[in-house]
Amino acid sequence: MKAKVFVTLKPSVLDPQGKAIHQSVGTLGFQSVSDVRQGKYFEINFDSSVSETEARAAAEKMAKDVLANPVVEDFRVEIES
Amino acid sequence: MKFGVIVFPGSNCDHDAYHVISKHVGQPVDFIWHRDTDLSSYDAVIVPGGFSYGDYLRSGALARFSPVMKSLKEFAASGGFVFGICNGFQILCEAGLLPGALIRNKGLHFICKHVSLKVDNFETPFTNLVPKSKVLSIPIAHADGNYTCDDETFRRLEQNGQIVFRYCDVDGNVTDEANPNGARSNIAGICNEARNVLGMMPHPERACEDLLGSSDGRDIFSSLAKSIESIK
Repeated sequence: MKAKVFVTLKPSVLDPQGKAIHQSVGTLGFQSVSDVRQGKYFEINFDSSVSETEARAAAEKMAKDVLANPVVEDFRVEIES
Repeated sequence: MKFGVIVFPGSNCDHDAYHVISKHVGQPVDFIWHRDTDLSSYDAVIVPGGFSYGDYLRSGALARFSPVMKSLKEFAASGGFVFGICNGFQILCEAGLLPGALIRNKGLHFICKHVSLKVDNFETPFTNLVPKSKVLSIPIAHADGNYTCDDETFRRLEQNGQIVFRYCDVDGNVTDEANPNGARSNIAGICNEARNVLGMMPHPERACEDLLGSSDGRDIFSSLAKSIESIK
């Protein structure tokens, strides 16, 4: 069982790294890109005995308590069995 | 009166803080390893600058889980003085001892230079000896010093006088040009509502000797020492 956690900056928070990447891909020729936002991605592997519900609950708690800073970031959890 | 300086793996301004307390404040000071949990003998604890846990995940995020942090929260709740500098400020925000967060500088660069600071609140234990008209010259050295918080938090900070330092020009004007990192409302340092916990991005411990270009940092450490003395 694997949990995938996506951490992204809240839409209201400035993302200077995303802006720099946006400029770079523009230089590369991708002129039609309107915005780039940078985030973080985590893969969390669980023992085979863990159910999907348990894995989701655990990953969400980890995301809330450690992986994301709720002041500036949102997160989303996907489970892959 | 006794000071403690917490040492996390990756702290690198711990010795500067120790030096200033022992040499300029002239008070006893210990290093506190981050696995230690007994803070009962201290009046003030400094959370120093550096790169605790290599800044992995987010600056200050992993230091929050060191054993000393639970004791530090209890220490702060019981009125002990806690002073977070640079990475220490980031740690205090991550640990929930101060509101808001410090994100990547607006210009993406790591900035290392002297900045001018305006004291917004002279009635804190950390600023009560700063002369009222003085603009402080203190260096910054950070990549993640862009202070941010939601509107409600900002309103409370303003209302409660919790904004302690703002980036300004040499004459004390708080302007966009004087904002090195994009921090909301030029915020360089804030305190908690009880005013016994302060976090600031600039490094006053690096500005306590004229040889280093400024001794304005001493105003802050002297204020803290006087505040400890007055409640003992």
